[in-house]
Amino acid sequence: MLRYIIFAPLAGAVINWLVGRRLRNERFIGIVACAAVGVSTLIAFYLAFNSNGALRSTQPIMDHLWTWIQVGKFRADFALAMDRLSGIYALFITFVGLLIHVFATGYMHGDRGYYRFFAYLNLFMFAMLTLVLADNFLLMFVGWEGVGLCSYLLIGFYLDKDEAAPAAKKAFIANRVGDWGFVLGLMLVFFMTGSISFFDKPGYSVSSALTAISTLPIDGFTWHAIFAGGVTSIAVLLFIGATGKSAQIPLFVWLPDAMAGPTPVSALIHAATMVTAGVYMVVRCNTIFTHAPTAMFIVAIIGAGTALFAATIGIAQNDIKKVLAYSTISQLGYMFLACGVGAFIAAIFHVMTHAFFKAQLFLGSGSVIHGMHHEQDMRRMGGLRKYMPITWITMCAGWLAICGVPIFAGFFSKDEILWKTWSASSFVPAGFNKALWFVGAITALLTAVYMTRLMVMTFWSNERFGADHSADHHQTEHGGHSAEGAHEPHAHTPHESPLSMTVPLIVLAILSTIGGLVGVPYALSSLAGGRPDNYFERALEPVVGHAPESTTTGEATSEVHWQTPPPQEIDGKPAFGPAHEAGGAEHAASATELNEERLFTLISVVIALVGIAIGWLMFQRQPLRQMPRLLENKYYVDEAYDAAIINPIHVTSREGLWKIFDVGVIDGFLHTLGRTIVDLGRTFRYMQIGFVRGYAAIILAGALIIIGYFAYHGAQLLMR
Amino acid sequence: MVPQLSWYLALSAVLFTIGVVGVMIKRNVISMFMCIELMLNAVNLTFVAFSSFFRDLSGQLFVFIVMTVAAAEAAVGLGIIIAIFRNRESLDVDDARSLKL
Repeated sequence: MLRYIIFAPLAGAVINWLVGRRLRNERFIGIVACAAVGVSTLIAFYLAFNSNGALRSTQPIMDHLWTWIQVGKFRADFALAMDRLSGIYALFITFVGLLIHVFATGYMHGDRGYYRFFAYLNLFMFAMLTLVLADNFLLMFVGWEGVGLCSYLLIGFYLDKDEAAPAAKKAFIANRVGDWGFVLGLMLVFFMTGSISFFDKPGYSVSSALTAISTLPIDGFTWHAIFAGGVTSIAVLLFIGATGKSAQIPLFVWLPDAMAGPTPVSALIHAATMVTAGVYMVVRCNTIFTHAPTAMFIVAIIGAGTALFAATIGIAQNDIKKVLAYSTISQLGYMFLACGVGAFIAAIFHVMTHAFFKAQLFLGSGSVIHGMHHEQDMRRMGGLRKYMPITWITMCAGWLAICGVPIFAGFFSKDEILWKTWSASSFVPAGFNKALWFVGAITALLTAVYMTRLMVMTFWSNERFGADHSADHHQTEHGGHSAEGAHEPHAHTPHESPLSMTVPLIVLAILSTIGGLVGVPYALSSLAGGRPDNYFERALEPVVGHAPESTTTGEATSEVHWQTPPPQEIDGKPAFGPAHEAGGAEHAASATELNEERLFTLISVVIALVGIAIGWLMFQRQPLRQMPRLLENKYYVDEAYDAAIINPIHVTSREGLWKIFDVGVIDGFLHTLGRTIVDLGRTFRYMQIGFVRGYAAIILAGALIIIGYFAYHGAQLLMR
Repeated sequence: MVPQLSWYLALSAVLFTIGVVGVMIKRNVISMFMCIELMLNAVNLTFVAFSSFFRDLSGQLFVFIVMTVAAAEAAVGLGIIIAIFRNRESLDVDDARSLKL
C-alpha cells in the first residue's frame, strides 16, 4: 500500500510528460497532476489514521519492494517505512502539495511549459516522498538527490529569464557540497555499524544502523571528536548535508536565488517541503546526534546563527519573494536550533506549522504577483487589500502565524522552541542555552518586524503601482511620498485571483490559524483546563526516544516509555505525560517550572506584538524607508563567496587547468607525438625513390640477408 | 646416366639467378615481367624435383597453385603495363618513377 504513495505522483509525472506534452490541454494536465497527488494524499491519510495506522501503532508500516543492492555485508533494500515521524511528514507533504498543485493550475495558466511544470512538480512529489518514506540511508539519498534535481529543473523553469539558469546551477552546486557530506556520513555509518537501515527488520540478523549506534558510548564533548571518525564525525557530515539542503550557513546562498522559479515551486519546494528535508534527516538520525554532543552544539550554533543572520537580511529586501526566502532560511534556523538543544519534537512541530504558514504566505505572494501582473517589487505595490481581499485576509493568518501571535500555528511551535532552548541542559554547555534563547528571541522580534513590513508594504500604505518606473525609482530615494498618479485608472489594476488559487489560500490560512492546536504545551492547556498533555509531542515520542543520560544506558526501547503509567499528581496538577519527561529536556514537572514556561510564553507574545508594532510604526507611513545598505546587499555574502571561492576556482580553472594543464600538458603531449611521427615519415620518405629496379634491389638484399642468416645458422648446426 | 636430384636443383638455381639478374638489369617492363615468370618457374622446377624425389604429391600440388597465382599475377601485371604504356608511351620502367600515374 505504501508504495502507491510514491508511485502515484511518478505515474502522474510520466503521463504528463508523455501524453500531456502532446495534448497540450491544461485541464487534462492539471487534473492528472492533482489526481496523482490526491491519490497519494488519500493513501497517506488512510495509512496514518486507520485503526492500525502509522500514527497509532508504535511499529512502523513497512513495505518491502525489492532488495536493491546486496554485496557482501552491504545490503540496501528498496523498501518504504512509515512510522510516526515519516507519517507526519508524508501527511503534510501530500496535503500541502495537493493544495499547491491546485493553486498552480491557476497560477501557471497560459504558460507554454504547462505540462513540463506539472511533470516536474509530480516528479518532485515522488522524490520527496521517497526521501521521507525510505527505510534506509541509501534510498533516502536517492530521494535527496531526486528533490535536488527537481529543484534544479523547477528553479530554471522559466527558460527565458536570465537569472533562472544561474540560480538553478547555484542551487545544484551548493547542494552538491552538502551531498558530499551526506555521502561520506552514509559511508561512515555503514563502516561503523555494518548497516544502513533505519529500522530493525524481522528476519534479518544485522540490527539497523540506528539501533547499533544507540548501543555505543556517547562521544566526548571535544573538538577532536569531529575528526576522529566516530559518531561525532558521522553527525557532523550528515549535518553538512543538512546545511546544503536546508539552506543553513554557510550553504544558504542558493535559496534566495531559487526564487527565480515559479511561485508555487517556491512555496512547495523552497519553503514547505524540500528544505525541511535536512531537519527530517537530523531528527530521523536523532540517535546519532544525541550520541555526539559536539555535533549537537554545532547544530544549535549554526541554527541560531542562521536564524538571526537571515532575519536581519530579510528586513531589508524589497522583492516580496526574497523576504519570504530569507524568512524561510531564518525559520529553518529555528528548527535546527531546536534539534541542537535536543528538542527534536519541537523542531518537527515547527516544520509542520511552518509548512502551513509559509506555504500560505508564498501562495499569497504568488496570488499578489499574479494579480499585479508579475510584479514582485514591494516598492511598487501597496494598498492591495482593497483589490485582493481574499488574498489579504488569508495572508494575515500566515503573517500572524509566523510572527507568533497566540492561537495561530506558529505561536505554539516557536514558543516551544524558545522555551526548550532556554530550559535545555543536556546538550548545551551551561550558559549557552540563555545565549541561544536570546538570539532566538531577537530573531522572533525581527521576524515580526520584517513580516509586518512585508504586509504593510503590500496591503496597506499608499498605492504605488500606478507610477511608472522612473518616478518609482525617485520615490525609493525619498520614501513616503506616494505617486499621485496611483489613483488614476491604469491598465495594470490589480485583480483578485481565480478560485483555483484562492481556495488553497483559504485552506492553508485555516491551517495556519488552528494547525498549532495539535501541539499545545501542557503549561498552556492546563490553564484552560484542556487536555492533559501535548498530543503532538506524545505522538512523536516513540520516534525520538529520549536522550541517553549516561554512556551506559543507551537507547531504551520507546514502547516502554509509551506505556509507562499515567501522569502522577504533583502539587495537585497532573504531571507532564510520560512523553514529557523524555522529550529532550528531562526536567521535572514542578509548579515553578510550569510558571516559568508560562512566563516565557508571555515574553514570546510580547516580543511578537512589539515586533508587529515596530514594523507598523516604521513602515505604515514610510513604506519605502531606506534600509541599511549592508542588509540590503545581504552582507555581501555572495560577493564574498565570489571573491573567496568562485573566482579562485575560475582563475585556476582558466589559467591553470585550461591554459597550463590542458593546453600545455595534454595538448602538448599529443602534438609532440604527432610531430614526431610526421618527422619520422619525412625521413623515411627518401626510401621511396620510385625506381622499380631499386625496389627490386631492396627486396633482393632482404632476401639475401634472410637466406644468409639461415645459411649461417644451418651451417653451425651441421658443424655440431 | 639417370638424372640426379642435384641436377634439377642446379638447373633451377641457374634459372632463378638468371631471373633475378634479369629483373635487376632490364629496363623494359615486358622483359622484367618475363624474368619474374622465369623465377617462378625455377621454383616450380624445384618443387617437382623434390616431389619426385620424396615420392610425395604435395609438391606438385604447390606447382599448380604457383601456376594459378602466376596466371593471375600475369593478368594484373599486364593490365598495369598497358595502363602505364597508354600514359607514358614507353615501356621503360625508369620513366615510371613518379609514384603516380
